[in-house]
Amino acid sequence: MFLSRALRSSCRSLHTVTLFPGDGIGPQISDSVKKIFDAAEVPIQWEERQVYPILEPNGKTRIPDDAVESIFKNKIGLKGPMRTAIGKGHVSLNLTIRRTFGLYANVRPAKSVPGVITPYSKEGVDCVIMRENTEGEYSGIEHQVVPGVVQSVKLITRDASRNVAEYAFQYAQDHGRKNIVALHKANIMKMSDGMFLEQCREVAARYPEINYREMYLDSACLKIVSDPSKFDVMLMPNLYGDIFSDLTAGLIGGLGLAPSGNMGKDGIAIYEAVHGTADDLVEANKGNPTALLMSGLMMLRHMGLKSQADKIEAAVLETLTERKVITGDIGGTATNPEYADEICRKIKG
Amino acid sequence: VVSTQSTGQTFQHYFKQINLRTMLRRISSPAVSIGRAAVSTSAVPRTKYGGKTTVTLIPGDGVGPELAESVTTIFKEMAVPVEFEKIELNREQMKDEGSFDYAIKSLKRNGVGLKGVINRSADFRHHNLEFRGGLDVYANVVRCMSFEGIQTHHTGIDLIAIRENTEGEYSSLEHESVSGVVESLKIITQEKSMRIAKFAFDYAREHNRKKVTCIHKANIMKLSDGLFKACCKEVSEDYPMIEYEEQIVDNTCQQLVINPQQFDVMVMPNLYGNLVSNLAAGLVGGAGVVPSKSYGENIAVFEPGARHTWMEMKGMYVANPAAMVLSSAFMLKHLQLHEAGDLLIKAVKNVINRREVQTRDLGGSSTTPEMTRAFLNELDTLYKNQ
Repeated sequence: MFLSRALRSSCRSLHTVTLFPGDGIGPQISDSVKKIFDAAEVPIQWEERQVYPILEPNGKTRIPDDAVESIFKNKIGLKGPMRTAIGKGHVSLNLTIRRTFGLYANVRPAKSVPGVITPYSKEGVDCVIMRENTEGEYSGIEHQVVPGVVQSVKLITRDASRNVAEYAFQYAQDHGRKNIVALHKANIMKMSDGMFLEQCREVAARYPEINYREMYLDSACLKIVSDPSKFDVMLMPNLYGDIFSDLTAGLIGGLGLAPSGNMGKDGIAIYEAVHGTADDLVEANKGNPTALLMSGLMMLRHMGLKSQADKIEAAVLETLTERKVITGDIGGTATNPEYADEICRKIKG
Repeated sequence: VVSTQSTGQTFQHYFKQINLRTMLRRISSPAVSIGRAAVSTSAVPRTKYGGKTTVTLIPGDGVGPELAESVTTIFKEMAVPVEFEKIELNREQMKDEGSFDYAIKSLKRNGVGLKGVINRSADFRHHNLEFRGGLDVYANVVRCMSFEGIQTHHTGIDLIAIRENTEGEYSSLEHESVSGVVESLKIITQEKSMRIAKFAFDYAREHNRKKVTCIHKANIMKLSDGLFKACCKEVSEDYPMIEYEEQIVDNTCQQLVINPQQFDVMVMPNLYGNLVSNLAAGLVGGAGVVPSKSYGENIAVFEPGARHTWMEMKGMYVANPAAMVLSSAFMLKHLQLHEAGDLLIKAVKNVINRREVQTRDLGGSSTTPEMTRAFLNELDTLYKNQ
């Protein structure tokens, strides 16, 4: 069976990709993505798996075995929004997934979308946030020293910093990006951010054609809201990356349009929509699949399926620019399936 | 062209009248609150010789000295009853331990300071931090208001960012536990969180603000930011007339670039405060136009809101003095010299909104002295039209 599958794969170059539909509007927008990919004849076979937290007796949280196996086998995955129940004693699902697959680099491009007018559309935004995804302030190590005094540990390691720096420079080279700026607070956090910068500098020395700079995080915040067009690739530790990538998503129109990719070891790459589960939109099926779709396109490009990605992207941008059949969050009235159908129509020509 | 002498005389006469009015106002004013407490109810007697208050002035690094010069020029021409005790405390002077301690003593003695930003010195002592910790200047208040004359992506912004300034991520407690692994500690205490929350609500009440938003990341940092959030919630219950809400910091940054008009007063721990106040400053026109005030139990320090030294432009006199001048105007108000302070604020706003004299950051090419002269001319006009 394995042999025939391999033969089948090689004959039609069919790639098997794991799909985690997620919660809330997740399954609905995943359906749209599948429909659109079909219309564009993308050679992908989806392997759907459910993800939910399993609390083990030792207190650790894990996700179902079949989900884990699927990713380890296929290497590539697309993930919808997931809900983390509050107060059930387990760590957030997103964090668990990150740890399970060793997802060390989070890539969040932010590009102005035509048809979605924001105060920043005129000068245009086209930047990429590279965020270290495993450590930093999110180590989850906190304790109460004495009543009323809490200590939270931020961990920065040489290895993790180097890994994300290497990925960032490689990405910049592959995608023709000329500038990388490392954002930090090394004037205050001398050792931790200092170590992060040290690794960035070492990697930068190996890519002389890429222009490398460093900037204080607060300076960057000040400057990016004045003129975002001056920013290209930005590299930073975990917490800053989280905040900053939501900032850049805001510049282009919100989390409903922001794609995201996570790189893990051994070539694992999981792309996801970073918005929430939007439970209130489930009944009317009015969620916006654009973010998940854009993440899917990032995935296609990563897999080398550039022409299909371009075809789908052109159709999406055309639909958004026309502003006739668009979802509620960006000012329209269409439902999720109506929006998806419109894109499919444009793809089929 | 207005000659210094004539302006000095005019203002001197003007301020003789002011002091009487101010005295009358102080007698009839209600119970003192945060800022005023530092001046009138502190145990340390205020330095005052011959009716003039002494204020510590620390120009700092980069363009700091140029901005300080603007302030001293304006105060001299206005003949304001303020005497500056100037302390050079930049990178070069830092080598002498004594000068830093002297600065701290001076601030403690005078109770009021006006300062620029001090760059990190060669021996890695981060002086801005030590100022705040050593003097316990715990609340930093940055008010970001849109200027009509500055072209920005958003208009109609009027928010106040209140930042806890002594602990949090800036505790400077770091160590390398094993080679290649650095741990940095973030400390949040109940005492300081309660203190800043109370400050924020008192400030909101005093300035007739309607809403206080607590900015945190308690979904990830459950204990530390969770504690901060709980303290804010507890304090909010004592102020039922003020609306209270909580927001996660990444959402806040997003909301600030999409719809900044929704924010009123924001209270947050140290790091988020740094990011949010810089972000908000960028939204209304940049580091050159946003002032800030910092308060401790017995001390008030006034400085530009976005703390950047702009070392590259040192000595070139291109920096916008508006932020520093506005900070000094707030200082005047703190010293109960309200008329002078209000007049100065109005003059600065008029000059910026009129767009005739603009420094580089506002799109023009005027120099720092030219901008200062514009403020002075406007002051003169305003006084004449009183």
